[in-house]
Amino acid sequence: MQLTLKVWRQDSPTDAGHFETYQATDVKDEMSFLEMLDAVNENLIEAGREPIVFDSDCREGICGTCGLMINGQAHGPQKGTTTCQLHMRKFHDGETVTIEPWRAAAFPVVKDLMVDRSAFDAIVQAGGFITADTGAARDANEILIPKPAADAAMDAAGCIGCGACVAACPNGAGQLFTSAKLAHLNLLPQGQSERYKRTEDMVETMELFFGSCTNYGECQEACPKEIPIDFIAMMNRDFLKSKLANRKLSGQKH
Amino acid sequence: MSNVVLDSKVPEGPIQDRWDNHKFNMKLVNPANKRKFTVLVVGTGLAGAAAAATLAELGYQVKCFTFHDSPRRAHSIAAQGGINAAKNYKNDGDSVYRLFYDTVKGGDFRARESNVYRLAQVSVNIIDQCVAQGVPFAREYGGLLDNRSFGGAQVSRTFYARGQTGQQLLLGAYQALMQQVSLGRVELHTKTELLDVVKKDGVAVGIVTRNVTTGEVQSWSGHATLLCTGGYGNAFYLSTNAMNSNVTAAWRAHKKGALFANACYTQIHPTCIPASDESQSKLTLMSESLRNDGRIWVPKKFDDNRPADQIPEEDRDYYLERKYPSYGNLAPRDIASRAAKVVCDEGRGVGPLKNGVYLDFSESISRLGETTVFERYGNLFDMYERITDENPMKVPMRIYPASHYTMGGLWVDYNLMTTVPGLYALGEANFSDHGANRLGASALMQGLADGYFVAPYTVGDYLAGLLGQGVVPTSDPVFVEAEQAVRDETRRWLSVGGTKSPEYYHRELGKLVWDYCGMARDKNGLEKALSEIPALREEFQKNVRVLGSAEGVNQSLEKVGRVADFFDLGELMCRDALMREESCGGHFRVEHQTDDGEAQRNDEEFSFVGAWEWNGDGTAQTLHKEQLVFENVKPTQRSYK
Ligand SMILES: Cc1cc2nc3c(=O)[nH]c(=O)nc-3n(C[C@H](O)[C@H](O)[C@H](O)COP(=O)(O)OP(=O)(O)OC[C@H]3O[C@@H](n4cnc5c(N)ncnc54)[C@H](O)[C@@H]3O)c2cc1C
Ligand code: FES
Repeated sequence: MQLTLKVWRQDSPTDAGHFETYQATDVKDEMSFLEMLDAVNENLIEAGREPIVFDSDCREGICGTCGLMINGQAHGPQKGTTTCQLHMRKFHDGETVTIEPWRAAAFPVVKDLMVDRSAFDAIVQAGGFITADTGAARDANEILIPKPAADAAMDAAGCIGCGACVAACPNGAGQLFTSAKLAHLNLLPQGQSERYKRTEDMVETMELFFGSCTNYGECQEACPKEIPIDFIAMMNRDFLKSKLANRKLSGQKH
Repeated sequence: MSNVVLDSKVPEGPIQDRWDNHKFNMKLVNPANKRKFTVLVVGTGLAGAAAAATLAELGYQVKCFTFHDSPRRAHSIAAQGGINAAKNYKNDGDSVYRLFYDTVKGGDFRARESNVYRLAQVSVNIIDQCVAQGVPFAREYGGLLDNRSFGGAQVSRTFYARGQTGQQLLLGAYQALMQQVSLGRVELHTKTELLDVVKKDGVAVGIVTRNVTTGEVQSWSGHATLLCTGGYGNAFYLSTNAMNSNVTAAWRAHKKGALFANACYTQIHPTCIPASDESQSKLTLMSESLRNDGRIWVPKKFDDNRPADQIPEEDRDYYLERKYPSYGNLAPRDIASRAAKVVCDEGRGVGPLKNGVYLDFSESISRLGETTVFERYGNLFDMYERITDENPMKVPMRIYPASHYTMGGLWVDYNLMTTVPGLYALGEANFSDHGANRLGASALMQGLADGYFVAPYTVGDYLAGLLGQGVVPTSDPVFVEAEQAVRDETRRWLSVGGTKSPEYYHRELGKLVWDYCGMARDKNGLEKALSEIPALREEFQKNVRVLGSAEGVNQSLEKVGRVADFFDLGELMCRDALMREESCGGHFRVEHQTDDGEAQRNDEEFSFVGAWEWNGDGTAQTLHKEQLVFENVKPTQRSYK
């Protein structure tokens, strides 16, 4: 199959950027989307032109490094699938494919299709942890965790931090990412003592970088791990509770 | 030849007491003095993130480096199956001693007993630590932790978080690390790649890095440096490792005097999705658990092109069941891998490229029903279908072995220190603990053991001896020269002006290493590789093309240096494999097998760790031997018939 690619090229964060058109020839169904781009890059290098910069690492859909806007969709057309797991059989001969980086104020373009997602790290740094210095832990089975709670925490913890939710959101909001981390930790017994402080700290840090949520729901649609927006409601509830209540009493309530 | 002495520094006394005695005998640094020490931690996988967080909690000044854009992207994130620990929660007879025994035996008696015992001991603390951090391990309905059995062990000691155990353990360690960053105790440098280790008067005093976003080359000094930089499975080009995993940090340390041990001990995992064509960039692992209900077969006839469902029973060869009637499809990783290679080499492989074997669920489906089979493996089937467009409920899966893990690495003593004082290696980057073969679910355990519970003590013992000494300033000539060398090398790559990409040479190199130093090795092949690799390297050095500049993002430039190191390493893997005239674990020398085709160890002559010393470009390394002593577990021949 042969494709026409319209690819965003941008030299540096300050460069205005533009689209360039390339032909991808000899594309096979079994190739992954990124392998198709690898082949385009090989040809560019042979022709003495600088290859397209894009990010990837595990190519198994778990590290969250990859992420492209493909024809305007975060991670492309296949639901629940990262860019690296998308295969070319989802495209057809002669098609024109537009490839762009994540577009969001919080994720400045570094070069071409690579963006800077360190705002996510800043949110985690603000409170996305349970304080448990090494060596102080009691026996793991002394903490009983009902299976449904453990399962729900795991659903939230499956977030890979790719940023598709932000890229898909018309407001560039970071709610799905932040709420998934909060839900993971706030649903567990171990996470209770820091629950409200964590929620405030993470939400307030999020607001420094990201747009606000107006319930479009695009984030859930784009999430390659299909993390539901219910977690956002939970986050909002905890945030409100925390703002209204005196945290010194939080050991007694909820 | 230099005067390297391999002193393992294993403590005296009964094996059960060694670690406790050692901890008691180690020097302590008082809290006020800890602040005066700077520790550089390179890598933020399980080993690095755990070590950096723990050292910071203790009060040391930590600087932490990763070439990834976030610590959470480290390759540890991809581990699926689980993590072992001798908790004996199932009351099925597990114990520290049994985990120790299984690991030494699984490693085919090529690991250091004392290290393995310590690993088994601290395994129980790891689970406690991870649960306290909020790692959502699978639970039973009563709320207790669930376990599964894994990799041939006879007890259930594997803790897991769905098929994402590595992800959850790494997020736990990452979060602990980020907390220390927020407290100002860890200075985190992402997108920062180590390109050299700096020594002064024989001691490690710091590192030189290149910022992969800006291109800036910079020096960092520390009282101690910890390399937690992962394994070298990408020497084969195609592997289950992440695309950016590489050997550069370990290799640059090797060139600075750290011995590299057991390079030929590599693990090939039997159940991966076969390559589909030349453009394949990496291989995907399919969990080993599939072998519980899938039957492995190939056609009896050569070049049988009929679709699987048109090949009648009598024309199928269930070769594992035939060769190993008692273990059948559950034969250990190395044995199952080699058997698949044999049938494909004979021309009985399946699939368009004839490079796979069938893993067939039809019998289980008729026995257990579609629902049960799908419940067990549905997520894996979906992943497989996304890649191959075939539904394993209808068409048998195709699998083939792939490079997965490397047991070899930087030689370390009991304290995890390399042969360069002040330079440590943790996690998959070191050679310790797994001998010639690693058991499933034991790499995560080792990474976290090294990072949370071993290095924080042993590094302190070393630092205590440096009290009152400042770090070597980065203006010192040792740093200035090392930085210049890095800049010169960068410039050299940019000026070659050849015709082929670094990726091309990596792929060509990988083919050689895979063909001659993969699942089966022999003298002729290894000698051939040892003449072909240098020839290809020469072409690479003259004909590689790196476009762009040294400033700003340049992925080809990052790649070219890594490929250069893989060339040297590939050569060492072959040299090590050629030296080791025996078969053990993942190292199978065709000349050394039993009458029924199993690995034949030679304990008389090869019960040692082979640690190689760098002698400069173009000169073969020198072999040093650490003799292995087995006081507790008696070496025996493995049999799986
Ligand atoms: C697909 C797959 C599944 C697996 N499943 C399991 C399992 O179920 N159970 C199990 O026990 N094991 C499993 N393993 C093995 C296990 O995941 C790894 O051995 C382990 O995670 C390695 O951890 P690490 O901390 O040593 O290194 P890594 O996680 O590889 O981290 C390396 C770190 O070093 C950094 N780094 C490397 N070089 C440099 C440099 N030059 N400069 C700066 N930074 C650098 C990287 O950025 C990264 O942060 C699996 C492996 C694979 C490939
Ligand atoms: S490259 Fe890791 S999720 Fe795509």
